[in-house]
Amino acid sequence: MDDLDLYGRRLSSRLLLGTAQYPSPACLEHAVRAARSEIVTVSLRRESGGPSGGQPFWKLVQGLGCRILPNTAGCHTVKDAVTTAHMARELFDTPWIKLEVIGDDDTLRPDVFGLVEAARILCVEGFEVFPYTTDDLGVAGRLLDAGCRVLMPWAAPIGSGRGLTDPYALRTLRAHFPDVPLIVDAGIGLPSQAAAAMEMGYDAVLLNTAVARAGDPVRMAAAFAAAVGAGRSAWLAGPMGERDMASPSTPVMGLAQWT
Amino acid sequence: MTIFVNGEAQAHAANLAALLERMALSGAAVATAVNGCFVPRSQRERTRLDDGDHVEVLAPMQGG
Repeated sequence: MDDLDLYGRRLSSRLLLGTAQYPSPACLEHAVRAARSEIVTVSLRRESGGPSGGQPFWKLVQGLGCRILPNTAGCHTVKDAVTTAHMARELFDTPWIKLEVIGDDDTLRPDVFGLVEAARILCVEGFEVFPYTTDDLGVAGRLLDAGCRVLMPWAAPIGSGRGLTDPYALRTLRAHFPDVPLIVDAGIGLPSQAAAAMEMGYDAVLLNTAVARAGDPVRMAAAFAAAVGAGRSAWLAGPMGERDMASPSTPVMGLAQWT
Repeated sequence: MTIFVNGEAQAHAANLAALLERMALSGAAVATAVNGCFVPRSQRERTRLDDGDHVEVLAPMQGG
């Protein structure tokens, strides 16, 4: 078996899916099933009541049978993120928290200083923190020092679909922390980009917009599932090394002499 | 006396549990905070609300 181990929970799927922006609740449900995801992300927002409120949505999500990864999306301060995490722990009955402390509204770049501080507080309190971070090696080390046992570096700004904007940085993270589960979170736009992350040895991919905003979200979810599986298999198979010059694949030995 | 519930001014309620009952959310999947501090479900009954308090009532919602 090639299970993914996240805080002691073993999972066979390596594609985590967000639940926002789908054209309908039914589409969300079908997309999660097509993606074969075992973890879905959710948020906490003010209860408005009625059919667009949180209760019908929660009922739908419970029916998916997935593990819930609540987020602190939209939090700009350590205090807001920690309070939201406390509320999420009670509401979803899970120690898991996708920790977001946003530092810039245009790029949704994490405030990495606040992120480390919030992670330290939550880890001490028994949370199992999934920090949404940049690809910065130093920050990654600080997050691990704070108690995180999973890291979720971005590929590109949330919702941008720009793909792996700095493959070198992502490769460096992978090489530096070979035993830490690394999940590329945010910025993936295409299945080929997800496959590329997995081919680098990333353990999983978390995405939302690329599926939810596709013309056919259910088909795109299936495409991402296939790409993540292919990328994982490629990593396990051991990709060949690159070289600058050609190397004939057909044997030179035994080549006919025509003169 | 006025309290603010999810940013909206509302008539005062004696405590957090009474407020949720008035909102028909007693048994709902919601989490609560008063003045920026999380209030666990078990503390709602004994959490008195004072004039000007800001209450957040949050529910599961779509998220990435």
